[in-house]
Amino acid sequence: MAETAVVTPDTMQTAQWTKKDLLGLRELSAVEIRLLLATAESFREISLRPIKKVPALRGKTVVNLFFEPSTRTRTSFELAAKRLSADILNISVASSSVTKGETILDTVKNLEALKVDIIVIRHAAAGVPQMIARHANASVINAGDGAHEHPTQALLDLLTIQEKKGRLEGLQVTILGDIAHSRVARSNIWGLTKLGARVTVCGPPTLLPVHIEQLGVGVTYDVREAIRTADVVMLLRIQHERQEAALVPSLREYRLRYGIDRDRLKLAKPDVLIMHPGPINRGVELDSNVADGPHSVILDQVTNGVAVRMAALFLVAGASNKPNGGEPE
Amino acid sequence: MAHDASPLNAAKAKAKLLDADAIRRAVVRIAHEIIECNKGTERLALVGVRTRGAVLAQRLAKAIEQIEGQRVPVGALDITLYRDDLSRLTPNPVVQATDIPFDIADLRLVLVDDVLFAGRTVRAALDALIDLGRPEAIQLAVLIDRGHRELPIRADYVGKNVPTSLKERVEVRLQETDGKDEVMLEEDHG
Repeated sequence: MAETAVVTPDTMQTAQWTKKDLLGLRELSAVEIRLLLATAESFREISLRPIKKVPALRGKTVVNLFFEPSTRTRTSFELAAKRLSADILNISVASSSVTKGETILDTVKNLEALKVDIIVIRHAAAGVPQMIARHANASVINAGDGAHEHPTQALLDLLTIQEKKGRLEGLQVTILGDIAHSRVARSNIWGLTKLGARVTVCGPPTLLPVHIEQLGVGVTYDVREAIRTADVVMLLRIQHERQEAALVPSLREYRLRYGIDRDRLKLAKPDVLIMHPGPINRGVELDSNVADGPHSVILDQVTNGVAVRMAALFLVAGASNKPNGGEPE
Repeated sequence: MAHDASPLNAAKAKAKLLDADAIRRAVVRIAHEIIECNKGTERLALVGVRTRGAVLAQRLAKAIEQIEGQRVPVGALDITLYRDDLSRLTPNPVVQATDIPFDIADLRLVLVDDVLFAGRTVRAALDALIDLGRPEAIQLAVLIDRGHRELPIRADYVGKNVPTSLKERVEVRLQETDGKDEVMLEEDHG
């Protein structure tokens, strides 16, 4: 598929999804990302109907295989599958045989023996979904692997920006917070830059990876500068559970230096969008009066998440219809 | 879904079934028939099957408005998610949004499509419509009926009946989507 930034409705008609899996945005072309977004846009309407269900994936079985706790992503995938009439089962690590010493590949082979069509996986280790995808005939969707990628989150962010701003190209997007530990940041950097947005990352030096600028983003430690020019400010959760290494002195100090409150928001453009992948630490990275304020599109992100996951399930299911397991010919 | 307007698929044109004037006349006649059959436009609405059925539905609405002075509601339906061949197609086709900005419950709906062939598109469209509510009645209007039904479905309003062989293709081109109005009978290579 050609790497072009502009897709007209005509070429969209001929754009085809041929990948068995959705593992990350890094390996997708701009055309493929736009096809995912266009499909998701079409699916948005289904969730507004009195009967929120279409028969597209009737008879397909989806498994949510979550080795890390998750409520919103898992629920979002579950609703997406149900609204497409697929059957879905949820396996979390606490109730799986992994606690009895089973390897991940054995777990996957067992799921395949149960004739599962799509595996949605989250794992604390980067690369696990990719490894499974190589060994499984079932389609694999990455629902977050370590600090690597979280493609459906980035896609729902792109869809929300496109919905609110009418475009992605030429927009200035600031990603603010714990970039080092964030798969959301990495997937968004790939997606946004491929679709022509300019990205700046901002945060305390301890939470910005070295050489991050090699991904084609601007870097600043100055939150005022990062806010002032932004069309979109994407906040990341400060991950308490990873703060044992004392990467920031205290949550209070983080809030003072990098948190977004009403006063700091005054520096921003009047039509700035405030985004957050959730869950929010109110009063740390984001104050309540901003989280619930007119610039916030946080709940639109949640709504769009279902549409994006419906699109992901629908497209990979179509690709794996191929008799050879969906490998591009 | 018997159309593929891409010029790259250079199927050999055999005959022009309808030219622009003939399409216009067929639309006006069907509009008259719809009004007559439904005794006016009360609780009448049109739903076109994307892509070209939706265009035809808009044209029919305009014709009905010129005859009766009443604008009837028009919607567009994407039936991709209701197709019975989804698991056989590779890969899944591009989905466009369904856009029916009115409640279809208790309306008399006229479903509009360009070509009636196997009847599977209409079957999918009926399922899609019924998921949106319970209309009082659903009627079917098509520009071309080319035969070869695989399901017990018939059209209430037909622009032109065309006996075809299975090796032939009917290409409907409309100004809004293809830049010109014509219906061609073409020989399929495959």
